[in-house]
Amino acid sequence: MDWGLFTIQMLNGVQLGVLLFLLAAGLTLVFGIMDFVNLAHGSLYMMGAYFCATLTQVTDSFILGVLLALPLTALLGWLVELIVVRALYTHDHLDHVLATFGLILCFDTAVDFIWGPTGMAIPLPAFLDTHVDLVGGHTFPTFRILIICAGLAVAALLYFLVAHTRIGMLIRAGASNRTMVMALGVDIGKLFALVFAVGAAFAGLAGMLIAPITEASIGMGNEIIIVAFVVIIIGGIGSIKGAFVAAMLVGLIDTMGRSFLDQLLKLFMSSQNAETSAPALSAMAIYVLMAVVLAFRPQGLFPPKVR
Amino acid sequence: MYKKITALAALGALLAAPAVAADKVKIGFVTTITTPAGVIGQDMVDAVNLAVEDIGGKMGGLDVELIIEDDGFKPPIGKQKVDKLVKKDDVDFVAGFIWSHVLLASKKSALDAGKFLISSNAGPSQVAGKQCDKNFFSTSWQNDQTPMAMGEVLNQNGVKSVYVMAPNYAAGKNMIAGVERTFKGEVVGRDLTKWGKDAQLDFSAELAKAKASGAEALWVFYPGKAGGALIKQYEQAGLLGELPLYTVFTVDSIALPKLQAGNLGGVMGSLNTQHWGPDLDNPQNKKFVEGFKKKYGRYPSFYAAQSYDTIFLIKSAVEAVNGNLDDMDGMRAAMEKADFPSTRGKFSYGNNHFPIQNFYLREVVADADGVWTTKIVKTVLENHQDPYAKDCKM
Repeated sequence: MDWGLFTIQMLNGVQLGVLLFLLAAGLTLVFGIMDFVNLAHGSLYMMGAYFCATLTQVTDSFILGVLLALPLTALLGWLVELIVVRALYTHDHLDHVLATFGLILCFDTAVDFIWGPTGMAIPLPAFLDTHVDLVGGHTFPTFRILIICAGLAVAALLYFLVAHTRIGMLIRAGASNRTMVMALGVDIGKLFALVFAVGAAFAGLAGMLIAPITEASIGMGNEIIIVAFVVIIIGGIGSIKGAFVAAMLVGLIDTMGRSFLDQLLKLFMSSQNAETSAPALSAMAIYVLMAVVLAFRPQGLFPPKVR
Repeated sequence: MYKKITALAALGALLAAPAVAADKVKIGFVTTITTPAGVIGQDMVDAVNLAVEDIGGKMGGLDVELIIEDDGFKPPIGKQKVDKLVKKDDVDFVAGFIWSHVLLASKKSALDAGKFLISSNAGPSQVAGKQCDKNFFSTSWQNDQTPMAMGEVLNQNGVKSVYVMAPNYAAGKNMIAGVERTFKGEVVGRDLTKWGKDAQLDFSAELAKAKASGAEALWVFYPGKAGGALIKQYEQAGLLGELPLYTVFTVDSIALPKLQAGNLGGVMGSLNTQHWGPDLDNPQNKKFVEGFKKKYGRYPSFYAAQSYDTIFLIKSAVEAVNGNLDDMDGMRAAMEKADFPSTRGKFSYGNNHFPIQNFYLREVVADADGVWTTKIVKTVLENHQDPYAKDCKM
């Protein structure tokens, strides 16, 4: 066993995990508190990436691009809540799915119209566009370390916000029992809008952080939103802590599967078969995990406390 | 009275319509215009438009009519569009096709209708071998040939071990098989990554494995947006200068402008193989590249060059029969001679109607204006015929 490689792959898994957490945090709040299924959450991730790409090219600075794109994405999220989502709270989940699927099409078409079909690369500043040397001759990209740090910082911030502030208390209360919070005279509409905008900003941040690696492209959110849903189902809908743990689990399982599954399979099948089936199996692994969790804990690993 | 005249005129127009149609060469061109792959299709469409313009819109005295169709990257839609082209538009030639699976799904419709089918890019082994057809022609290559050339380059550069990465689908496996056909060293690791609608674009785990494998070189096949992402991550992972990068169909005139905009210098000096390059020295290519750059302000890709060739191949056929489009045998005989000015210079057709041509090693460089492009370093395979030609009974 090459422990240096193992460490690198652990880091890669954590990096994927925090990215998924950024996406899942907003999704789980909106789903948990407002009981709203937002398929278009991935579109906000895409919009964040495009805002950041454009602003980075205009300002010539990635950091500035992110700082400017964050409030823009939050504003976009707020507008989406105001114009489309607000009218749908009283409808059932199927209507949510249908309407937000429509939103996905609108966003994808708008991006095609504004930025064209090619996709956009985001240039990184030199100090991020390099790698650090780890022991044993291994290296790790600096930018991925930044992703891990940013993700953990956001997680800590969210933890503080949710666990130690009045808004956080209302959010937790809303996730557990919406009716009771409304009965206490809290302006739930304002709270919803706020949570939606913050969730959009987090999704946008995830898009901004991944785009320098994979480019901003149309439909990038539609691919990852499924995994984000898996994360919140494993973690327990409405739970930030659950989203964090589940995101880490999914990130690590996915990366470890891609890294070592083929070698494992080679122990008992031909190497050609192992190489062909390993990517398919590792792509499946997180869904297997979800199925197992659902079988034993249908409410997820850390469901919000409901009385 | 007026009504009668209008009716007569309309009747006359109706009767005249078939006569008008007969002095036109109709070319149906199927490519991908929507989806992120649309950028490839656009390059091809730009090239055929330029070619038609360069020949003055005429072939053998007949007007040229182009009908462009979008396959949406999907085999069933490609087939539908070909059905429409042969039945409704009654085209004389069906051309285009980026993707092998779209071509395979569509070819029967065109060939059963007795039309010529010309692939401007896709080169699946089936069409080159057992399923070859007298009315099918390629202006590109067979899928295996380009990676075979790259295998030779690895040998020539003294590379003893290589790590290979490709998407987990038919063409990805073909490309790996192609490089393994000629590479004499050891393949120390293979990664087939998830492909399709939700393709994997983050290759951190794979690149870490490649580095830890101790291979002397990294060989990849990643068309489209995955290619740009891979090269970026290759650089960020610090593999530049440690694990030389060899690519097929990954670094081209479609990827390079984006990489340059993103300032990803890691791609400079990387090596790829191809049957064509914008700097290939022949009069037709000079005319094409200069014309393309002048009209569209960018370098054409190999997709564009092949599409440009497609129009000139058709022109040579139409002229050989003096515009008598019913003379299929005459046109086929003319095309088999490959007697047209090609952007790749002179080549000949094999028994399976795939080109027998040179494959070159190209290096990514900046041109005199600082624009990133490729430069041909040397010829790797001379007058190369694909390995499937022997299976074609024609």
